Amino acid sequence: MIAIIDYKAGNLTSVRLAFEALKVPCEITDSPEKIMAAERVVFPGVGAAGTAMKTLRQLKLVEVIKETVSRGTPFLGICLGTQIIFQDSEEDGGVSGIGLVPGTVTLFKPSNPIEKVPQMGWNSVRQIRKHPVFKGIDDNSEFYFVHSYYPAPSDKSYVIGETGYGGITFASAVGKGSLVATQFHPEKSGKVGLQLLENFCRWSGKC
Amino acid sequence: MLTKRIIPCLDIRNKKVTKGVRFQNNVELGDPVELAAKYYDDGCDELVFYDITASAERRPIDIDMVKEVARAIRIPFAVGGGISSISDMSRVLLAGAEKISVNSLAVENPQIIAEGAKAFGSQCIVLGMDPLKTGVSPAIPSGYEITIRGFRQKTGMDALEWAKRAVDSGVGEIVVNSVDADGTRAGFEINLTRLIAENVGVPVVASGGAGRPEDLADVFNLAHADAAIIAGMIHTGEYTIRQIKEYLVKAAIPIRKKW
Repeated sequence: MIAIIDYKAGNLTSVRLAFEALKVPCEITDSPEKIMAAERVVFPGVGAAGTAMKTLRQLKLVEVIKETVSRGTPFLGICLGTQIIFQDSEEDGGVSGIGLVPGTVTLFKPSNPIEKVPQMGWNSVRQIRKHPVFKGIDDNSEFYFVHSYYPAPSDKSYVIGETGYGGITFASAVGKGSLVATQFHPEKSGKVGLQLLENFCRWSGKC
Repeated sequence: MLTKRIIPCLDIRNKKVTKGVRFQNNVELGDPVELAAKYYDDGCDELVFYDITASAERRPIDIDMVKEVARAIRIPFAVGGGISSISDMSRVLLAGAEKISVNSLAVENPQIIAEGAKAFGSQCIVLGMDPLKTGVSPAIPSGYEITIRGFRQKTGMDALEWAKRAVDSGVGEIVVNSVDADGTRAGFEINLTRLIAENVGVPVVASGGAGRPEDLADVFNLAHADAAIIAGMIHTGEYTIRQIKEYLVKAAIPIRKKW
């Protein structure tokens, strides 16, 4: 069973439908017990980092997430879920994240006014490190993004995929032990995204 | 590099996809879920559905259709028509749509934009606008006036001022559908699209007038549109999405090539 963590940060329907399309059992839940017992954990989300962290604390899920990852349970962060596993975010005047990956989350400041914030649409991901979740996916395949902030890991060895936008190259996918996290939305990225989710479902959590 | 999005538009009337010119002479094209699946397989980047009779018939949007579409495709899609409240928006999003498009509703009740953005995030709230070319006047400084109710009603509102106000209220994207170009298949309204795209900070989707792949190249190159809506040119079978994308790749426009 895959636990999809529900912390009231956006709509989880597409995540659920993607796993249903793969015929993988999943449950949307905020129960610490169910999350701890799950074979795999997905941590999605859209919205603001400050509100999301507050809700996670209220639901007593911060320690649950840390514990799940330290046990080696395969763990997938998506979009806002990815951003708040970092140490700090610039959003909402500065927010402390869960701190599983060292680094910060920063606002896009494109110098070209026709580059809009949020970045919305399909952009390519350069696979700079081999990772089981990229198995069978061509390098530079496009995935669907919607975000105004991007993760900037302080240790580059955690970066597994990179994407260019707003005049910079940012970490669009990170991997650290059993934790993998994408800034893009695999659940809305067509067949390529489904392939990544299927790879995640087959992954032991080891690299 | 962020690619330009190609977005087929499916106008739904009585549970079938239809195509008319300026909301007139509608021809039935088929089942919305089947067409959505076909365009998804053909490589479209996103889809938009307008339930064009829901508002006039004062009935809510067809939620079962939204649910079926969400099961059939794995890319984002927007839904418009027949949405009159935050709870309608919530139902559509929970059924699996990525975005809600508001048009006449936002003009009549601008507060709905801020409420929707607060409840679901700006990325979910799309402003659809139907500007008509009127010429520059003190009341309409941009030369384009907003119409509502399927072009039938003028509002006295300037298109650019409305776009800026809507962005300030929280819309995450604007679909600029030219009344003059709609259904003509004679090319997008470049000046109008550029005017909005260069003056707002959110993505702008060009709509109305797509007839040839060259029209898309023009609206991306000359008007800086982030995405383009197509309808008749693919619904009739004259072009496939693959053909359009192949043309755009040759024209050196960034496009999603693998799907």
